[in-house]
Amino acid sequence: MQTIDWVQWLAFGILTLITVGGALAVVIDRNIFHSALWLLVSLFGVAGLFVLLNAPFLAAVQVLVYMGAIVILIIFAVMLTRRLMGITESVNSQWWIGALVSIVAFLVIALVLAQAGSGSAPLLARDPIATLSNRTVADFGAALVDPAQYALPFELASLLLTGAMIGAIVIAREDA
Amino acid sequence: MLQVNEWLFIGIFFAIAWALPATPILIAQILQPKRANRLKRETYECGIETVGDAWVQFKVQYYLYALIFVVFDIETVFLFPWAVAYNQLGFYAFFEMLLFVALLAVALVYAWRKGALEWT
Amino acid sequence: MAEFLTNQGISATLATFIATFLGVVAVASFGLGWFSVLGLWLERKFAARVQDRMGPNRVGPAGLLQVVPDLIKMITKEDITPQGADKVVYNIAPLMAVGAVILIWAVMPFSKQLIGADLNVGAIYFVSVASLGTLAILLAGWASNNKYALLGALRAVAALVSYEVPMILSILVPVMLAGTMSMQGLVEQQHIWYIFVVPISAFIFFTSNLAETGRSPFDLIEAESELVAGYNVEYTGMKFGMFQAAEFVHAFTACALMAVLFIGGWRGPGSDQANLGGTILGFAYFFGKTMVIYLIMMLIRNTVPRVRIDQMMAFNWKFLVPLSLINLLMVAFIQKLIVPQYDSVLTTISGGGVEGGLYDAIGANFVAELPRAVILLAANLLVLGVLGRVIQMFIQAERRRVGEIASTPNPLHPPQRIEVAVGD
Repeated sequence: MQTIDWVQWLAFGILTLITVGGALAVVIDRNIFHSALWLLVSLFGVAGLFVLLNAPFLAAVQVLVYMGAIVILIIFAVMLTRRLMGITESVNSQWWIGALVSIVAFLVIALVLAQAGSGSAPLLARDPIATLSNRTVADFGAALVDPAQYALPFELASLLLTGAMIGAIVIAREDA
Repeated sequence: MLQVNEWLFIGIFFAIAWALPATPILIAQILQPKRANRLKRETYECGIETVGDAWVQFKVQYYLYALIFVVFDIETVFLFPWAVAYNQLGFYAFFEMLLFVALLAVALVYAWRKGALEWT
Repeated sequence: MAEFLTNQGISATLATFIATFLGVVAVASFGLGWFSVLGLWLERKFAARVQDRMGPNRVGPAGLLQVVPDLIKMITKEDITPQGADKVVYNIAPLMAVGAVILIWAVMPFSKQLIGADLNVGAIYFVSVASLGTLAILLAGWASNNKYALLGALRAVAALVSYEVPMILSILVPVMLAGTMSMQGLVEQQHIWYIFVVPISAFIFFTSNLAETGRSPFDLIEAESELVAGYNVEYTGMKFGMFQAAEFVHAFTACALMAVLFIGGWRGPGSDQANLGGTILGFAYFFGKTMVIYLIMMLIRNTVPRVRIDQMMAFNWKFLVPLSLINLLMVAFIQKLIVPQYDSVLTTISGGGVEGGLYDAIGANFVAELPRAVILLAANLLVLGVLGRVIQMFIQAERRRVGEIASTPNPLHPPQRIEVAVGD
């Protein structure tokens, strides 16, 4: 297993670099369209991390939904609200407040995850379905519709999607 | 760990999938003539000089299509594991999915009636 | 090909790495490589004969090597980058377009033993990778610094993204029937080919792939006579060639996927064996079926006129998506209604006698699934019949409406009688 280990560590390192570097570039790059593209890179890194976590279904879903749909949506939204072709700069004079808040948020999340990893956090009580390595997609599907497990969130998700679509149409068609 | 082996294949494949089209392009860079002049680099506008700034009247309809696609995409994400597990589940799974799809069909019918699916 | 390893005595990981690498190169170059030679020739000859002309017949025997001078022409063209174009994105877009198409070949089951990577999420993998090609078009249109390119790219992306919905919904049906997302599993579970069980899903998948790959009658993405050449108007030389190659190979890939999902992939008499003969037979079946679908695609391309963009979108959202949802629900319902009785068929076979012998000859799984398949087929045909009636009523209403408009005289241009002198 030693040989497989270093391959996984290498992949993890590369993917982390891609994810974090991409995320940093999203906020650092002045051209807003380039920021959307860096987001694409970062989300791809997240998909790779899902693969390493033995959740290939979530990796494929990440590529399909996030990279293939939501990034397109974001780019369309950028085009809708700004002049397209010029170098669109985003200037923020309060960046130091943002930096402070994000550092605090990072410390809080890191603390929670460290406690959860050691098993002493009461928040993460239930077995997360997607990351147990001996579960398959079929188990995931069965759990989704099982009334004792995730059936209610399943139906509520469709309600949420319906609401989102109707809301967006109401807003978008008003000014048509 | 056959899983890792398969995905290693995909990882290497990903690298090759970018190298394979890059090769002819790089070969072309070596073989092509390079006589650039200012006229060649102008942007194309049906043979006349470009008029005005290059911005486009962006219809909100494009955004609506992408949004409806996102909603249906997420719906299919929920449907995939259900479909894989369907053979082993009881009859109740069908009714749960019926409810799920019916709610989204309501959204589609709403979009249809409100004219959000028209091109213009 | 992942089993084709550990012949080297170097070291375990290096051997795995090298074998995987070679396998990758083989699979990728199959998808992109030799098919471009033969398939392009077939495409052009077929189109030529339909249009009552000869097609390429000078280079090589019967014009088979036509792609070679085409390739040389494209490679030696000057590469002109328009001013103000975003250099990085401009160069990445053609790479991404081709890369997205090649990545699909990683999960293509060529035969029972030959598959790049049999992911257990193969079906959703190839859908998500195909959506990267859509992104490439958007990047190309934006990076060209040309409003026509951008307009063309936006239209193309809106159309491509819309047609992914019925495609994914129609993939769900074979996944549901087979109970697995892995491509090899989908082929192995097709004891009865799914095109005979759920022809509506096959039709929806085929049509949405026609739109996704930009083939006629939906080729307003690539042959934009209204917007010059659409999103790739500012691309020259090999980069343009890469876009063309991506679109062409994508068509072939879509045919291969259709063959795998609905016509049983490498299944056929004698292809189940684990030896070399079985592998070659499976590969031959897979390739033959792909070519049949490709023939149908070429037929449609050369006979059907192009549709408008609003007709295309209306067709998708008002016809294909509701139809695919109804189809999904119907198949789900019937699948739970009639469960294939594998056990009783097996006991009949083991009991011997005429019936047992007959079942054994045809195949136990085939016989067990037959009643459900027949009911599903009947339900599909019923839905098609109802659909035909609905479309007929719709056409009659449209004719009546257009007839009213056409018969009311236009106050601005009253019809004039034109006197023509004959003779003299």
